[in-house]
Amino acid sequence: MTDPFPFSAIVGQDEMKLAMMLTAVDPSIGGVLVFGDRGTGKSTAVRALPALLPQLTAVTGCPVNSERVTDVPDWAKGAGTTTHRIGTPVVDLPLGASEDRVTGALDIEAALTRGEKAFQPGLLARANRGYLYIDEVNLLEDHIVDLLLDVAQSGENVVERDGLSIRHPARFVLVGSGNPEEGELRPQLLDRFGLSVEVASPKTVDDRVEVMKRRHAYESDHAAFMLRWQAEDAAVRERIVTARETLKTLDATDEVLQDIAELCLKLGADGLRGELTLLKAARAYAAYRNDTAIGRTHIRETATLALRHRLRRDPLDEAGSGARVARVLSDTLA
Amino acid sequence: MDNPALSRCRLALTLLAIAPFALGGACLRGRAGGARDIVLRDLGAFPAPQHRLPPDASDARLFGGLDLAATLSSGQVAHSAGVLATARTLILPMAERITPGLAGRLSGALDDGTFCVLALDEGVDEEALHPALADRLAFSLDLDEIRATEAQALSFDLDSVAAAQTLFSRVTVQPDQILELATLTLTLGISSLRAPHFALTCARAHAAFLGRDHVTQDDLIAAAELTLAHRATQLPETDPPPPPPPEGDDEETPPDETPENEDLDLPDDMLLDAVKAALPAGLLERLASGAARSATGSGSGARTKSNRRGRPLPARPGRPDQGKRIDVVSTLRAAAPWQKLREKGDGPVRVWPSDIHIKHYEQTSDRLLIFTVDASGSAAIARLAEAKGAIELLLSEAYARRDHVALIAFRGTDADVLLPPTRSLVQTKRRLAALPGGGGTPLAHGLEAALTLSLTARGRGLTPTLVLLTDGRANIDRQGQVDRPQAATDAQTIARAIRGQGIDALVIDTGNRPEPALSSLSQTLNATYLPLPRADARRLSAAVSDALDQ
Repeated sequence: MTDPFPFSAIVGQDEMKLAMMLTAVDPSIGGVLVFGDRGTGKSTAVRALPALLPQLTAVTGCPVNSERVTDVPDWAKGAGTTTHRIGTPVVDLPLGASEDRVTGALDIEAALTRGEKAFQPGLLARANRGYLYIDEVNLLEDHIVDLLLDVAQSGENVVERDGLSIRHPARFVLVGSGNPEEGELRPQLLDRFGLSVEVASPKTVDDRVEVMKRRHAYESDHAAFMLRWQAEDAAVRERIVTARETLKTLDATDEVLQDIAELCLKLGADGLRGELTLLKAARAYAAYRNDTAIGRTHIRETATLALRHRLRRDPLDEAGSGARVARVLSDTLA
Repeated sequence: MDNPALSRCRLALTLLAIAPFALGGACLRGRAGGARDIVLRDLGAFPAPQHRLPPDASDARLFGGLDLAATLSSGQVAHSAGVLATARTLILPMAERITPGLAGRLSGALDDGTFCVLALDEGVDEEALHPALADRLAFSLDLDEIRATEAQALSFDLDSVAAAQTLFSRVTVQPDQILELATLTLTLGISSLRAPHFALTCARAHAAFLGRDHVTQDDLIAAAELTLAHRATQLPETDPPPPPPPEGDDEETPPDETPENEDLDLPDDMLLDAVKAALPAGLLERLASGAARSATGSGSGARTKSNRRGRPLPARPGRPDQGKRIDVVSTLRAAAPWQKLREKGDGPVRVWPSDIHIKHYEQTSDRLLIFTVDASGSAAIARLAEAKGAIELLLSEAYARRDHVALIAFRGTDADVLLPPTRSLVQTKRRLAALPGGGGTPLAHGLEAALTLSLTARGRGLTPTLVLLTDGRANIDRQGQVDRPQAATDAQTIARAIRGQGIDALVIDTGNRPEPALSSLSQTLNATYLPLPRADARRLSAAVSDALDQ
């Protein structure tokens, strides 16, 4: 069972899957936050990403997955002069990770054994051009959060410690998951996630039966199951590659911008990041559907994803902010 | 043999031995010694190699890394292999102490299905294995119900386990059996999708154990009992009564859930009965009281041991990995007595790996006392003055206890944060001097402001505690209208939200007669209720300190 459970074989959870697709089409949307109960397929979806996403061209042995040889940072040792195709990196950031492991630090091994001052890249370097996944993101320690905020904003990791002065690109799609019952997320970090999804386990027997059947097939008839679903994954991958091209041809008309601005204003979303993200998400969605222009459908389908986590919290609104977005959406874009 | 807990335990461990990786593992809850030791003595049936992993295991221990001690002593780079690379059975002693970080990494590794876990949970009361990890283990067994003398009988028949292992992969299931398990988990209110899958796998292992190549009703019953009982959150008969919402505000709650549940065919009674028989003791009471088991290890507030910041604790010998700081002085001091003996190489000081000491720190998060004071006309001016005096007294004490203080006053149709969280006595005095009085009693506004402030404070690492001083006759609702019943309802709703956030509270009734509405409010808040009519500042502050120190 070395192959992870295929992405396409996940039953339901369309919103989560859509959010992942949109960031795959346009990584600049800036990450996905998945909140929900345990056992709803959050980690399964993330672990399925490497097999789903298109491959990248990267310099062999480059610690930050540079695309061209000229981009390889000067501190990188052992980087080759040729490029090869690699899977999109999906890097786990474990909860207890120390600052050293995240940003990189002095290579203790080289220092102790050879007396060299060398930089050992951390998780941020490995995640460059790929995905950085934080499970239980709401339990992450504050000093790591601060660090991520800065890097996610600037797209560059700066290390000034142990007598080192190093900077390298760190552009990644941040994927966080967690269980809201265990703690809230700081608003600043919340804002850095482009899209947010709430997942719940399927409430119908049919869906649950389907989940069990597929899981059973995955374990007992692995080869045939993978063959069947890898084909589906390949189709999705094709669609992503096409959408990335289509994306460049899509421009937002004034009406679209007007709609988006009005929507955000009515919802009282904090800051301007909401508008920008919604625009990007709607465009990525249009590209994903291979449509020729951005329209209200695209806004309608992506508004909840892009805005839900940017509203001022109302402790009494038990319906959740998703419902608030839906309400304003039907008023504004009627 | 007669003890059902014992036979259940034996069966679960046997099935786990048959399909260790598919079932993930078992959580064994019980004190050290007695039955647990006997269970652990006989682990031959589980796949080797078996490793014990302490609850604070580092990444290097898990995934491998540079072996600093060996590198230092040999002068050659030495790598250590991580436990996860080789282990097939992982035994976790003191599993309730596992940090969320380690639980997360183990959970991730468990998803790859290359090892199984025996988590030894010695938790008392609410302490328990981290939920992310618990969700990935098929079984949860309570060993305290088994007496050590009975447990002698617990032993595996290795041959039949081996036979069942070969049969396991060929055991077939019928679609309607899958349907039955899916329905059952829904009825029992189990949301995790891992649960029905574990039940299915467990049923297959059970069939294999009995030498069958297909799953029968008996297998489903055994599986439901072993894998689903401890996850149940509701029973069809004792449908958790809908939380008694005050009339009128129901339209927001999604009405689609109940009907759907009614549409379900109730699963086979035999399955349900099996689950009911195996329900852990006290589960129903816990469900009734609505108390969710709190997540372990992380909560804000309490004391945390840290390797990076806080009050220094004595240095301890250790290995300098994971960003810990070496305590140079202690390390040198530990090395000093040995210099004579080690004197054969060059260099002034010879430090050996065993000398290395690591710094430890302890961090206590500060408490924030949020005084939410009724400044309405009904709270007479005199009482208000006493409240101000009490706050000043508390603050002067609070300085020694490292408490922060904030003050929210509600009057008229609004609540104001008069004093943002501070430890400055001067600032408090100045702000309190300006505390105005008079107007209606918008209790809901006051509580809402307190809730918002608490959440902000918590984000900054403070532990909020709410002190409410009022005579409790709320008469302004959240819309700012004079409406007594609605005002009371609103106050209750926000009180529930505050309790939901786990914020400690203390309610002081300053009215001349104890107010029943206020005592019910404090129940909703899960707060201590103190009627203190005619209290002066000194008594007030003493009462607050006493209540807080409990």
